[in-house]
Amino acid sequence: MNMMSDAATEKAVNAPADEPVIKMRGKDVCVFYGPKQALFDVNLNIRENAVTALIGPSGCGKSTFLRSLNRMNDTIDTCRVTGDITLDGEDIYDPAIDVVELRARVGMVFQKPNPFPKSIYENVVYGPRIHGLVRNKADMDEVVEKSLVRAGLFNEVKDRLHEPGTGLSGGQQQRLCIARAIAVSPEVILMDEPCSALDPIATATVEELIHELRENYTIVIVTHSMQQAARVSQRTAMFHLGVLVEEGDTDKIFTNPDDPRTQDYITGRFG
Amino acid sequence: MSIFLLVTIVCVLGVVGYVLARSRVSGLETDSSVSYHSRPGYHGMHMAIATVLPALLVLAVWAISSQVVIGNVVKSSISQEVLGDSAAREGLTMGIVSSISRGLTLLNAEELKQAANGIDAARPLLAAKGVAIATDASDPMVTAAFRYNGLEQTSTFWRSIVVILAALVCGGWAWTQLGARVKARNRVEGVVLGLLILASSIAILTTIGIVLSMIRETGRFFASVPPLEFFFGTVWDPRFAAAGATESAGQFGLLPLLAGTLYIALVAMLVAVPIGLFAAVYMAEYAGPKLRSVAKPLLEVLAGIPTIVYGFFAVVTVGPFLRDLSAQISGIFTGDASSFIQAQSVLTAGAVMGIMLIPFVSSLSDDIITAVPRAMRDGSLGLGATRSETIKRVILPAALPGIVGALLLTASRAIGETMIVVLAAGVAARLTINPFEPMTTVTVKIVSQLTGDLEFNSPQTLVAFALGITLFVLTLGLNIYALYVVRKYREQYE
Repeated sequence: MNMMSDAATEKAVNAPADEPVIKMRGKDVCVFYGPKQALFDVNLNIRENAVTALIGPSGCGKSTFLRSLNRMNDTIDTCRVTGDITLDGEDIYDPAIDVVELRARVGMVFQKPNPFPKSIYENVVYGPRIHGLVRNKADMDEVVEKSLVRAGLFNEVKDRLHEPGTGLSGGQQQRLCIARAIAVSPEVILMDEPCSALDPIATATVEELIHELRENYTIVIVTHSMQQAARVSQRTAMFHLGVLVEEGDTDKIFTNPDDPRTQDYITGRFG
Repeated sequence: MSIFLLVTIVCVLGVVGYVLARSRVSGLETDSSVSYHSRPGYHGMHMAIATVLPALLVLAVWAISSQVVIGNVVKSSISQEVLGDSAAREGLTMGIVSSISRGLTLLNAEELKQAANGIDAARPLLAAKGVAIATDASDPMVTAAFRYNGLEQTSTFWRSIVVILAALVCGGWAWTQLGARVKARNRVEGVVLGLLILASSIAILTTIGIVLSMIRETGRFFASVPPLEFFFGTVWDPRFAAAGATESAGQFGLLPLLAGTLYIALVAMLVAVPIGLFAAVYMAEYAGPKLRSVAKPLLEVLAGIPTIVYGFFAVVTVGPFLRDLSAQISGIFTGDASSFIQAQSVLTAGAVMGIMLIPFVSSLSDDIITAVPRAMRDGSLGLGATRSETIKRVILPAALPGIVGALLLTASRAIGETMIVVLAAGVAARLTINPFEPMTTVTVKIVSQLTGDLEFNSPQTLVAFALGITLFVLTLGLNIYALYVVRKYREQYE
């Protein structure tokens, strides 16, 4: 099956427009924390301009896989990644790749909203500034407005851009983090349970936002909520005990899964 | 019965009470269907506390009051003639009596009989036991000493009886209290709470006591030296002449000392803050766990070195090194190889004090930096920031209130430091802005004003209290400011 999908995607690069384009590709990805192996030979392709949901019970390795997509696992001392992960065909674990550049292309939004203890404005220009994307005040103003508008936050905060970002509500904070991530114009946005710390209304707003962002970005989202996965994603990958159980179109996974473990999980029999 | 033995007996009674009460309650618990309010252990503790605490209180009250009562009884038995007329003479006489009485307890029965004959018989006997008696001791004092010892024996006897009785009575009362609905747990926890409150109030009350005692002495100092002269005087020259002689009262200008204190502290902070902060950043952000586990304790060893040892280091190594270095430098540039840094200088003291303060800065800041949530780091790294950008732009700003607090705490320490300054910057009170010359600090002068055998009634010694309270106000102000800064930034950041 792996070889088949590989062959299919090789073709997809030069394929006509209605064929899905593969943005990121994981091949035989294994991740170890010290002596403990957390992921076993995961082969998963991420389609461009689609939302891919990673689901599975706690500790199944879905967050680990997500974090290895922009090498956030590098920040954990004992962590080791084997196998290939490519972004537009380039191996992201290649020593020649600059991790800073990679993370500018593959942004990340975390489980808990984590705005910096700075003003809303400073939060958004943080990334563009360190990457030299903005030259002067006008550039910065533009980037801040554009990103906040995209994140659907601008109208709520336009009068208090210079107040601390930590003073916003949870849902606003999370949208601020999304604005912060899209301010550096990434190609892929990784979201690690972005709504797990939010109330239902804020969750709905963020989900709507994800839906809109799909137009311009490739999104990978880890979620514990089956409904959320069904609502926001086009592709779903099911993980269990560090193994990729199955992946496919979200509709198919949720209505007619191949694997009994997926069936059990989405019907709430475990996890 | 000695106090130690008495306390031991009371504690043993307490333990016995604990065991008895606990086993009785656990026995009752299994026998009956009644549900008990407290676990057997609490009933045991209740019993033990009831036995020990009142007994110890009685003991403490007795021990304190019996001294006073016996002393007064003995004093009233001595004739006014022997006692003397002034309070100082009275104190002296009572001192002799108590040293004789203490000496008498060392003698055996045979010797006691001889000693009772009078001071001439007692003196050699006591001297043989190593107790020297003042020359103006007299026979009535020996009699008084015997009376003193007799009273004390009686007191000790009754003390033992009363204390043990108190233990038994209160323990017995607690025994009658054993029952299903008795809230032994609440009572025990109440006593523990009381102990905790007592412990924390001791620290606070001591501080208040220290301040009050200093204020009293400072008031006496300002009675002889006008505050204006003290706070704004530029000359420090206290002149150790005959104590209390007003015409020899020197000049007590605070400014040279204050300037020296702040100057040396400033140099110390200039050394300690960058090094300490960089060390902290390295330890918290870059060092691997293995290196950290070795290097951090090693760095903290510096904090354990007594400051006098730093003083040696300054005198033997740093001072001469800086002097010779400056001689060489001026040799190169001017041809005249005379040193412009003196061996004892502000620079030497500041540098060595700075080294002493490095571990304070680094270990406090390290803890604060490590406490910045991981989410902050991840958020920044996830945006493609490098480690150093993350530290500069996110972690240090987030840790800033804590770091400022740590630095001000360190500054208070620098201001209070004495031994390094004595050895490295000298004791000359001068007003200068040249860091290569000696200066001195407030604490050094406090020590030098108080070491000596002047009485506490001349401005020369009383000035120490004025200096002390100035220093206290200074560090208190610094600490309050530290708290203010921390609060202010916290409002802005959280």
